[in-house]
Amino acid sequence: MSATTLAPRLHGIRHRRITVLLALLAAVVVAVVLSVTIGSKPVPLGDAWHALTAPTGTENDLVIRSLRLPRTVLGVLAGIALGVAGALMQGHTRNPLADPGLLGVTQGAAFAMVSSIILLGVSNLLVYIWFGLAGALVASVAVFALGMAGGRGGPTPVTLALAGTAVSALLAALTSAVVLLDEQAMDVFRFWQAGSISARGADVVWQVAPFILAGLVLAMVNAPGLNALSLGEDVARSLGQNIMWTRTIGVAAVTLLSGAAVAACGSLAFIGLIVPHLARPLSGPDHRWLLPYSGLIGAGLLLLADVIGRVVAPPGELEVGVVLALMGAPFFVALVRRRKPVRL
Amino acid sequence: MTTTLPLRTRGLSWRVRVRGVAVALIGLLLLALLMALNMRLGDIQMSLAEVVSGAFDVHSPAHFVIMELRLPRALTGALVGAALALSGAIIQSIARNPLASPEILGVTTGASVTVVAGVVASGSVTGGTSGLLTSLGIPALALVGGLIGAAVVYGLAWRRGLDGYRLVLVGIGVSAVFTNVKFWLLTIGDVTDTGRAMVWITGSLNSRGWEHVTPTALALAVLVPLALLGTRSLDALRFGDDTVTALGVRVNPARALMILSAVLLSAVATAAAGPIAFVALASPQIALRLTRSAHPPLLCSAIIGAVLTTAADLVARTAFSPIELPVGIVTAVLGAPYLIHLIWRSRK
Repeated sequence: MSATTLAPRLHGIRHRRITVLLALLAAVVVAVVLSVTIGSKPVPLGDAWHALTAPTGTENDLVIRSLRLPRTVLGVLAGIALGVAGALMQGHTRNPLADPGLLGVTQGAAFAMVSSIILLGVSNLLVYIWFGLAGALVASVAVFALGMAGGRGGPTPVTLALAGTAVSALLAALTSAVVLLDEQAMDVFRFWQAGSISARGADVVWQVAPFILAGLVLAMVNAPGLNALSLGEDVARSLGQNIMWTRTIGVAAVTLLSGAAVAACGSLAFIGLIVPHLARPLSGPDHRWLLPYSGLIGAGLLLLADVIGRVVAPPGELEVGVVLALMGAPFFVALVRRRKPVRL
Repeated sequence: MTTTLPLRTRGLSWRVRVRGVAVALIGLLLLALLMALNMRLGDIQMSLAEVVSGAFDVHSPAHFVIMELRLPRALTGALVGAALALSGAIIQSIARNPLASPEILGVTTGASVTVVAGVVASGSVTGGTSGLLTSLGIPALALVGGLIGAAVVYGLAWRRGLDGYRLVLVGIGVSAVFTNVKFWLLTIGDVTDTGRAMVWITGSLNSRGWEHVTPTALALAVLVPLALLGTRSLDALRFGDDTVTALGVRVNPARALMILSAVLLSAVATAAAGPIAFVALASPQIALRLTRSAHPPLLCSAIIGAVLTTAADLVARTAFSPIELPVGIVTAVLGAPYLIHLIWRSRK
């Protein structure tokens, strides 16, 4: 194909990609509006706007500002983080089963949290989350170090995946041992495990936001390198890629993104597993587009699931993790059945 | 050492991998040793002579401890470990993915949902799990749940044939639903029931008797030969569907048979002892690395699964006596570092 015919085609692809990006962005905005207005106390759109722009302390203002807004912002942050982390993880391991929890973050966070309860008597959500975050980071570094030692000249996808699974299994076993010994730890753990973004105030948002933003920057820096890596390590090396460096940045991004999201919201790694499979048919294999698409789809899906969880089981709520699985998995299965899945 | 010995008789020939045979023999030896230790150690310590005399002398006080408590429990552990590992080896070969385990087939997760529902419901109805539910109801619930789970995965993954990749993806989706329903069930019950359910979910051999050994052994007697017969088609299947078809293997029947045996193996094992963590995933990978073969060797995986589970149960039963840990905690605590060590050692 000559350059003269290629240029307009590339232009067309770019045009289409931007259109899809804007459509996804619009979908997230709709999800945000739904999340702010719908709940056990429905708030009209006008009142919600009023609460956000010029609050006067009405009941609706309080509901919006102290409950709905932090919850929605946390949902957006966690959704973006897990979506992007999932796409990175599947890209780096070239494994469609990889989820952001593969580096051990979920089990690392869980173990650190239940240990802090039983050993230090911690009973404050903000403190659990710090422990969870620390546990997620330590577990992830351990997995990466192990994967690096196991592979030749850098962590290979298989050693990374296996090391992650082994460390996760070990930590999960220790967590079970702790919660079986201590009923209070079990009670905290079972609700955290179900995954939820409710009842976490603005301070939790501020607590995890810096980690997620840093992770997003690293993820976008990582995208071109990951594109080269997906051609195989030898090709990537001959293209001038420093493989070790690319992998390290990728793992750092996944750790920050999923560690922060999981510590704050519980085990929601499943969303990071399905979202890239939804995004890949829209974006193609280019990670510079796959990552933002995955992030936006993640945010939209997480908020939507949360809104559904608020209304399906009145007067109570269904945890967002449960709704996500019940809603997302059939959709995922239908998608897998309908077309030949895009292989990694 | 990748030496193979040709073994020929009239009309038949096998290639025997020396390393594979060595691993299998050492594994069996280790298993025998662990079984003997399992008979000797516990609240009442016995010498080997006491164990043997106790086993045959119906009137000795040791007879009950050996024949009714320790032996059936140890046998359940070994059989269940072998079944889970074999099932894992089959799935990892078919999916061509080291992360695949019977969870992908919906068996363990399906069983977890029905059992947790049963425990939570019976807790809220009767205020406690009755003896009958524990001894009969839970294995039955687990078997039904496991088979339903597998049927759902299989039914949804079938589409003019069965693609290994699609099976895995569908399995992930279905398992996620089951797992999260389980999480939800754990949050609605009383925290004491949650604890009881957690013990089962982790996998436990506490108070397993002959009523668990007999069905598991019968099922294995049928399923293990069936699975081993499929080794040849499994060898071929790892090359990908198109190549295999060209090689003359009828892909769908061969794969369906292997998947069916994997499902039944893990369903039976889960019914007897719960979804013991990590055995199905780690044993084939450990066997693969020890034998240095191209895909998880079935027989060696099964032996390693039995060794891992028996060793774990010995620790679970005796380490923190009188508290008995669920065996699933120990399988992960023993198996994970060993797998990590093997990954570490494999660097060049």
